[in-house]
Amino acid sequence: MKQFQNLIYGLIACFSFAFFSVYAVANDSQSAKAKSDTELLVALTQVKLKQMNPLLDQIKSSQAQTALPIFKTLLEGRLYYVRSGKHLIQMQKIGKEKHYFELESATALPHLTKKLVKKVKLNNSVRRYLRSAIAELELSHPDAKIRAAALQSLLSNLETNLQVTIEKRRALETDNKVIDLLDVALNLYQLKQSESAALQIKAIEQLASRLEIPVKNQLTTVAETSPDPAVKQAAFDALKEIEHSTNRYELVDQLFFGLSLGSVLLLASIGLAITFGVMGVINMAHGEMIMLGAYTTYVVQLLMPNHIDYSLWVAIPAAFMVSGLMGVIIERGVIRHLHGRPLETLLATFGISLILQQLVRSVFSPLNRQVFSPSWMTGSLEINPILSLTLNRLYILAFALIVFFALLTLLRKTSLGLNVRAVSQNRNMAKAMGVKTGWVDAMTFGLGSGIAGIAGVALSQLTNVGPNLGQAYIIDSFMVVVFGGVGNLFGTLVAAFSLGIATKFLEPVTGAVLAAIIVLVFIILFIQKRPKGLFPQKGRAAE
Amino acid sequence: MTLINTLFGQGKNKLDSRQQPGQKTLPFVAILVISTLLACGANLLLPESSALYVSTHTITLLGKYLCYAMLALAVDIIWGYCGILSLGHGAFFALGGYAMGMYLMRQIGDRGVYGDPVLPDFMVFLDWKTLPWFWQGMDQFWFAILMAVVIPGLLAFIFGWLAFRSRVTGVYLSIMTQALTYALLLAFFRNEMGFGGNNGLTDFKEILGFDLQADSTRVSLFAITAFLLAVIFIISQYLMNSRMGKVILAIRDGESRARFIGYRTERYKVWLFVYSAIIAGIAGALYVPQVGIINPGEFSPINSIEIVIWVAVGGRGTLIGAIIGALIINYAKTRFTALFPEAWLFALGGLFVLVTLYLPKGLMGLWETIQAKINKPVPEAKDEMKTGVSS
Repeated sequence: MKQFQNLIYGLIACFSFAFFSVYAVANDSQSAKAKSDTELLVALTQVKLKQMNPLLDQIKSSQAQTALPIFKTLLEGRLYYVRSGKHLIQMQKIGKEKHYFELESATALPHLTKKLVKKVKLNNSVRRYLRSAIAELELSHPDAKIRAAALQSLLSNLETNLQVTIEKRRALETDNKVIDLLDVALNLYQLKQSESAALQIKAIEQLASRLEIPVKNQLTTVAETSPDPAVKQAAFDALKEIEHSTNRYELVDQLFFGLSLGSVLLLASIGLAITFGVMGVINMAHGEMIMLGAYTTYVVQLLMPNHIDYSLWVAIPAAFMVSGLMGVIIERGVIRHLHGRPLETLLATFGISLILQQLVRSVFSPLNRQVFSPSWMTGSLEINPILSLTLNRLYILAFALIVFFALLTLLRKTSLGLNVRAVSQNRNMAKAMGVKTGWVDAMTFGLGSGIAGIAGVALSQLTNVGPNLGQAYIIDSFMVVVFGGVGNLFGTLVAAFSLGIATKFLEPVTGAVLAAIIVLVFIILFIQKRPKGLFPQKGRAAE
Repeated sequence: MTLINTLFGQGKNKLDSRQQPGQKTLPFVAILVISTLLACGANLLLPESSALYVSTHTITLLGKYLCYAMLALAVDIIWGYCGILSLGHGAFFALGGYAMGMYLMRQIGDRGVYGDPVLPDFMVFLDWKTLPWFWQGMDQFWFAILMAVVIPGLLAFIFGWLAFRSRVTGVYLSIMTQALTYALLLAFFRNEMGFGGNNGLTDFKEILGFDLQADSTRVSLFAITAFLLAVIFIISQYLMNSRMGKVILAIRDGESRARFIGYRTERYKVWLFVYSAIIAGIAGALYVPQVGIINPGEFSPINSIEIVIWVAVGGRGTLIGAIIGALIINYAKTRFTALFPEAWLFALGGLFVLVTLYLPKGLMGLWETIQAKINKPVPEAKDEMKTGVSS
């Protein structure tokens, strides 16, 4: 078997030499080169399998830019050519049907049928060659991110023939992250191949701080199989250290998800904290204000389909206006007449929530609508192989805090805030002092609803936008406000984040549903013990 | 002071001449009994071709409405009379329903799809080997009925005891009850709970050996529901006219004052809450064999809040109002959802708003106002009721 392989390698070497000499002549001038490029590609459709590898080598060295996509398509078995013109195309399976596309521009070629095209054949030897060629091409790619990604995927399957390439690259590399990864790869080679225990231990020591999974796998193998006890011990210690930091980062990851859930809860409940906490009005339609905000985002994106990246900046004020206006209408139309009858207010606003849900269902259909994420919100911030923070959650966390502090400033520093606080503390006295309580009520309610609308914009980036979007959050929001203490915005902040973190830390232990149930039951019991929440209001305003 | 004592002590107390709530009891019960008998007779005795024939489908529908009426009665007792707005009464209803559903499930025996003599189908499907402990004994009818009463009662007792003792009132209590039913909704959706998960319990075959699909069984279930509704109605009416009922009204209108006078208001509230939950549980247990399914959807907060609107429309603080409200709205719902399914939520939502804004005492209040206008123009007499309704 081995001999047979050697024979093949030998043959390949011969052919490679032959091809190289043939095409080296053509490399003299620029125009000749372009011509030779297309010729090379045409040759690809006719060459025999045995001569494939040298030809591919040829393509690789003459046109590094175009070779990469061609190699990838070929490796996936999707490289075809048109029988008549020997023109290379790519195939893509959609469902069970094969569709054909231009190689570079990916424009569809609907006139091609099965009979007109032929697949470029390949075998295992070609595949092996392609894999290392692709790795090599990617390692010398001008984009550092692609280099890093290529290395990441290489680590799990380090082939001996790549060592030289990696060493060469290491000498040239300037990007720190890629240098680190290259070092990891070289250390892994060292660990695998070195005979000297000292060198191996040195490699292990350097690998101990890495969190890549292949490193861990390799160290585990060494810890189990190495004949040298010192090497074994070093690998064992390194594994322990890796485990330690893995746990630490997983904890940070959980904490991040908890904070993210907390920020969603904060956004959803902060408007309620104003209408319920400050005005004392139960607004069961609060969830529908969130839903309206999310649908506003959807409509804004429909109106500006070519500027999705900027759509959120339009959607935030738009959602504030839509939900806020709806809030003012509800306050003036219904809640005003039910002043001092909280249970009736609860029922009437619940009726409004039913109407709004059905309205949305009739206008936009009961199905979920798709809201796109702007490109700057997609992707994630990779800190290391274990910890990566998704950007949209990170932005929403920041957004929630900004909204919270903006609201706090509004209530503390503006004249509207002063009026709102006056009315919430002593309505009759404020009235006697000349505060237009009716106007303040309408503005407060509009403000609370408008913020719910903004929350809807944020939520549209995380969950499905449908008529029931708001309903899912209404009970949680009430829990947050009640838990934090009614009429206390800081209480809402603390409650939202502590409930979010508690839920996310419970989830791995109990499962998502049970975690939600446990948190609910905890709050129910907590309220029995401390009916005024975590931070009760003190003084006369509390009555 | 227990419920039974107040019930028996009732005869010694003179009825308050101002309210006279008992005066409508007899005619109402008479109407209920007579119409039930007529409907049953029209189904069983008349031929199908007759113009007066009542189809079994209608009978089942009527039975369902009566279950809802009982549920509305339960909510009215605590909301209308004691001012406790529970947004979680659907939970007690569903718990009673699940108890009955478990009994009916066990009655299927080996006639299920998988033919296991003991395990219900969904457990075989989940590859369970033995019956969970809480399913033990549910094959006995008396035990299932006991559970349909005890479980909601116990939950109400624990919840009420915790909540009322720490003086959680008003809106807070409403939200807590809503959270309670929401938590139960999530819990019952889980397959691991052992209540059939998402699909709930269904495919029932027979009750006490009677085929559930047979006309006679359906008519009997309807008649039993009507009979129990009448009994519960009479008991509740007596209770509300008794001394205990007076204290409960006092708690509604001024809890602190009642407490300062020396009544342990939280005890009254807890027992009334338990009583109300038990009625809801019974209603659920009657509902399941007639409808043929119980699933976690019954726990959804919307269902519970819908009950409140039945009571509000009928007129809270009057037991008849709650029953009438439940019947009218559910009939309207059946008709509406068949004719214009889109419009039902608009109508229901609009009803919430209109009733709270313009009809705080519901249809019964409207009826009283009309009567008062016809008979004698003395509008000042109802002041007490007005303050009572608020909060």
